[in-house]
Amino acid sequence: MNVSYYPGCSLHGTAREYDESVRAVCGVLGVKLDELHDWNCCGASSAHSVNEALSIALPARNLEIAEKAGQDLVVPCAACYQRLKRAEKRLAGPSRTSGKDELGIHYEGKIKINHLLDFLSHHVSERDIKAKVQKPLAGLKPVAYYGCLAMRPPKVTDAANSEDPQTMDSLLCALGAEVKPWSYKTDCCGGGLSFTRRDVMNEFVKRLFDMAGEAGADCLVTACPLCQANLDNYQAEVSQRAGKVYDLPVFYFTELMGLAFGLPGARGWFGRHITDPRPLLQQRGLL
Amino acid sequence: MVTVSPSTFIRDIEALSGEKVSTCFQCQKCSNGCPATIAMEIAPHRLIHMMQLGLRDQVLRSNTAWVCAACETCTARCPNDIDIAHVLDIVRQMSERAGARPDLQDTVRFHSAFLSSVRRHGKVFELGMMADYKLRTRNLFQDIGLALSLLRKGKLKLLPRRLSAGRPVKDIFRRTEKAGR
Repeated sequence: MNVSYYPGCSLHGTAREYDESVRAVCGVLGVKLDELHDWNCCGASSAHSVNEALSIALPARNLEIAEKAGQDLVVPCAACYQRLKRAEKRLAGPSRTSGKDELGIHYEGKIKINHLLDFLSHHVSERDIKAKVQKPLAGLKPVAYYGCLAMRPPKVTDAANSEDPQTMDSLLCALGAEVKPWSYKTDCCGGGLSFTRRDVMNEFVKRLFDMAGEAGADCLVTACPLCQANLDNYQAEVSQRAGKVYDLPVFYFTELMGLAFGLPGARGWFGRHITDPRPLLQQRGLL
Repeated sequence: MVTVSPSTFIRDIEALSGEKVSTCFQCQKCSNGCPATIAMEIAPHRLIHMMQLGLRDQVLRSNTAWVCAACETCTARCPNDIDIAHVLDIVRQMSERAGARPDLQDTVRFHSAFLSSVRRHGKVFELGMMADYKLRTRNLFQDIGLALSLLRKGKLKLLPRRLSAGRPVKDIFRRTEKAGR
């Protein structure tokens, strides 16, 4: 199966282990990722905060390139995914305003745009996932954390169930983990507030940690580089503000797939985290 | 001093956002789902109501749009299909044009640093963008420890990637600057 791959700006930098685990896992599952030629930044939240036309033109250029490449597009970052979908709806959706002419970009909507999690859920059967599992994640008690932009708003993302998604839960179950249900799976991690209002982001993250704890979880699993960063990078600060110690590993779902598949690179990915997940994994006999 | 001109302010908002803000009947679903109300001076549903009442100055001076995390919970849940997050984008842009409050400038600086990195490189050069933001906010030492950890772990590239998307992206910035919709 060949798809075009749009990594987004952080996958080659601060979310490097996400990119590495995505490529390793897709390799094993027979999904060939062709990185989109000469892709540019989707604009993330800064573009739409400042200039509507810019916020559509930036992702639209990538759609034009992807359509020429002729393969469906797979996107690991939730923010990038949502921005690309917004551009798709604007240029080729049912209520298209056809910004094609002003923006000079030509896109007809001939390819499908998928968030990576959704893509793997729908294109790889549970049986095929289980067949690849060498080391079931027994004893690991994750909560599945979907974040905001992969799902919302559903009329843009085409998400099947934006209030209580199940795709990651099912995937982690198939890997043998003891997935904990919780009500905070789509509650915001703070997004860009980690730069502009760290205090507010800390409150969001603290709430997520507390609710994960109440659910009986020992780790969180994400599908977005900014969610992972906000949950992983600032635990010392959040702990200090809260007056207690949070030490919760935050995985990319592809990292856990790689771990369960017995892929040799997994150890290296975990070494890149700020909150070291290796002690937990060792405790559970998974590393 | 309260300036009330209901007919023009709500029309401006609706024209700029393309959203039917006048259909809001303050069901409060947006504010109830909003995680950022803990930091907002005026909750989203009240802000919309104030737009309907033509309270332009109060709306443009509030911090609501600036603390919004753009999580789009409000947009997803509004029974009248109003893209509230998008309306807040418009409020943010209008309030910046009217002269944003000094205490809200960090958000402006962040978006400027981010977009200037995109404009220059076609993609965000993370280290450059962060350094630019820290300089603009004169907050050089916050997160130095984190930055060093990220560097050590190979997660912060020291140099931007050279790519040919640079020119087309600069064109996009130039063309959309004029549109500025």
